[in-house]
Amino acid sequence: MINLVHNEMMKLLGKRRFLIIGIIIVVLLALFAYAQARQSEAVKERLGEVDWRTELQQQIVDWQNRLSSAGQWREQLEIQIDQYQYYLDHDVNPSEPGAPSFMRGFTENSAELFLPLLVMIVAVDLVSSERSMGTIKLLLTRPVSRSAVLLSKYIALVLSVSIVIFLFALLSYLISALMFGNKGWTAPVLTGFEVRGGELDASGVRLVSQWQYLLQQFGLAWFISLVVGTLSFMLSILMRSSAAGMGTMLACLISGAILSNMVSSWDSAKYLFMVNLGLMDYMSGSPPPIEGMTLGFSLTVLAVWMAAALAASFAVFTRKDIY
Amino acid sequence: MSDVTLSVRGLRKVIGRRVIIKDLSFELTRGEVFGFLGPNGAGKTTTIRMLVGLIKPTAGTIRICGLDIARQFTKAMSRMGCIVENPELYPFLSGMDNLRHFAVMLRGITRERIDEVVRLVGLEERIGDKVGTYSLGMRQRLGIAQALLGKPDVLILDEPTNGLDPSGIREMRAFIRSLAEKEGLTVLVSSHLLHEIQLMCDRVAIMAKGEIIRVDTVQELLASEERMVWRLRPLPLGRLILSDLTEVLSADEVTVTTVYSERHAGEWSRRLIEAGVSVMEMNRKLPALEDLFLELTGGESID
Repeated sequence: MINLVHNEMMKLLGKRRFLIIGIIIVVLLALFAYAQARQSEAVKERLGEVDWRTELQQQIVDWQNRLSSAGQWREQLEIQIDQYQYYLDHDVNPSEPGAPSFMRGFTENSAELFLPLLVMIVAVDLVSSERSMGTIKLLLTRPVSRSAVLLSKYIALVLSVSIVIFLFALLSYLISALMFGNKGWTAPVLTGFEVRGGELDASGVRLVSQWQYLLQQFGLAWFISLVVGTLSFMLSILMRSSAAGMGTMLACLISGAILSNMVSSWDSAKYLFMVNLGLMDYMSGSPPPIEGMTLGFSLTVLAVWMAAALAASFAVFTRKDIY
Repeated sequence: MSDVTLSVRGLRKVIGRRVIIKDLSFELTRGEVFGFLGPNGAGKTTTIRMLVGLIKPTAGTIRICGLDIARQFTKAMSRMGCIVENPELYPFLSGMDNLRHFAVMLRGITRERIDEVVRLVGLEERIGDKVGTYSLGMRQRLGIAQALLGKPDVLILDEPTNGLDPSGIREMRAFIRSLAEKEGLTVLVSSHLLHEIQLMCDRVAIMAKGEIIRVDTVQELLASEERMVWRLRPLPLGRLILSDLTEVLSADEVTVTTVYSERHAGEWSRRLIEAGVSVMEMNRKLPALEDLFLELTGGESID
C-alpha cells in the first residue's frame, strides 16, 4: 500500500501540481501583504503623531471606570482590559500587524474558498485524469484490487491536503515575517464566543495566545479542505471530465457562500455541507448562518457528508465497467 | 497442469436490453498466437475488456491458468499482461518511471527484470526521457515492456499494430511470434485486418455482431476461401476448359475466377496450355475480410 501511495504522489509531482499551488499561494500572498502594508501606512498617516501607547492607556482607564457599572458585561470588559494591558506590557502595537496577526486574518479569509480551491486542483482529477489519459486500463488490470487502487489514491489526497496546508502556512509565514516582522506570537486573541437564542453569549470568552489560535485555525482549515477534497474526489469518479467535476464543486462552494447570507429562516438548510464550511466564524464569534448551529454541529455534518462521499466513491469505483 | 492458459465459457454481456456479446466460448493453449478477427463494432474490444477485468460479464466464466478472474482477480491478473487499445502511459513521467510505477503493482519485480524488458523491446537509449516525447512506435514498445514485466503466461494485445509504420508492423509481428515460440507465451491479438492476422496467428476466431462465427487454423480458414484469378487468351475458350475442370465462380471481360486448389493448380494450367490457351497470369488471391464475412454469414453485410 505504501508503494501504491508513493506511485500516486510521484504522479502528482510529475504533473507539477504542488509547484502550481505554491506559485498561486505566493502570488496571492504577496498581493495581500502589500495591500495590508499600504493600509496600515494609511492608518498611521491619518492618526498623525499620536502615540498608540497613550491611546491604549486611555482606553484601559476608560474601561476600568465603567467596570463597576457594567453588570453582565463586566467579565468581557475585564478580558478586554487584560488584552490591552498585554499589548502595553509587551510593546505590541495592535494596529500594526506582525506576521502572526497577518497570518490569522489571511487564514480566516482563505479557509472557506481559497484553500479548498487549491485542494480541488489536486483532487478533482485524481481519478478522472486516469480515465481521460486511458491509463486507468493499465491501472485496473494489474494484480491489485480496485479498492486498493482507490484507497491509495485517497491516502494520496489526504497527504496532499496536508501538504497544501503546510505550504500555505509556511509561505504565509515567510512572506509576512519578511514584510511585517516576526513578533506577536504570544499576543492574546479573544475566542470562545457563542450565539445562543439570537444573542451573543460572551460568557465563554477567553484569551488564547496568537500561536494557539493560529494552530486551531490551520486545523479547521485542514478539515474544511479535506471535506471539499473528498467531495471533489467523488465527483472525479462519477464524472468523466475533470472540468465538469471542477465546475460542479465550484458551484457548490459559491452557492454555499451565497446561501449562508440567505438561509437564516430555512432551517433544514443547515444540513447542507456548503452552509457548514464557515468554521472560522465560530472562532471569531460571527453569528452562524442559521440559528442553533455550533462548531460541533458543523463538524458532524461535514464528517457525515465526507463519509457518504467516500462510501459512494468506493461503491461506484469497484463496480464500474470501464469502456 | 494442462496446457490451457486461457479458457472462456459462455461469456455474455448485456447492456440494457441489448445483447452485446453472445455466449462466447474458446480455449487458448501455451505457445499459441490466437487472433480475434472482426470488423469494428463486432465486439472484439468489449470481449477483450472482459478478459482483462475492466468490464464485468453478465454471465460466463473467464479463467487464466485455471484462476477465475471474478473470484481470484489479483491472482489471475498476475499471470496476464495486456495492452487495451492504445498503449496509454503517463506522458509526464519518464519511460523508466512508468515501468517502475507498474512494477510496484506486481510483486517481486527486480531492477534487473525492468532492465531486461527494456532491452527486450530495444528502448535502452530513450528510457530516461519523458514518454510525452516518444513516437507512437516507441510507446507501443514501452507498452509491451510493461505488459511483459511480470513474466505473464497470457499476453493480450488489442490491435497491436495500429498506427505503426510498415517496418514497425513487421518488427511487431516477428516479436509476437518469437514470444510465443521461444517463451511459450499465449498471445491473444485482435485486429480488423485479415492480412495482419494471417501473418501472425496460428488460430483465428472470426467475430461478427458479438458472436464467434468460426474458429479455425489460419490455413484451413484461408484454404476454403482462397480464389484463383486467371487472365487467359482467348478468354472464352479458357473459361470453357476451366469450367469443365472446376467451378468457375465469376468472370468478366478480362479474367476468370475459380476456387484455389494447391493440388490442382498445376494440372489446370497444363490443360489450358495443351488446348492452346495462353496463360497470361495466374493469381492466387486471399479473400478480403469482407468476402470472408459475406461467405461466413451467408450474405449478411458487416454493418
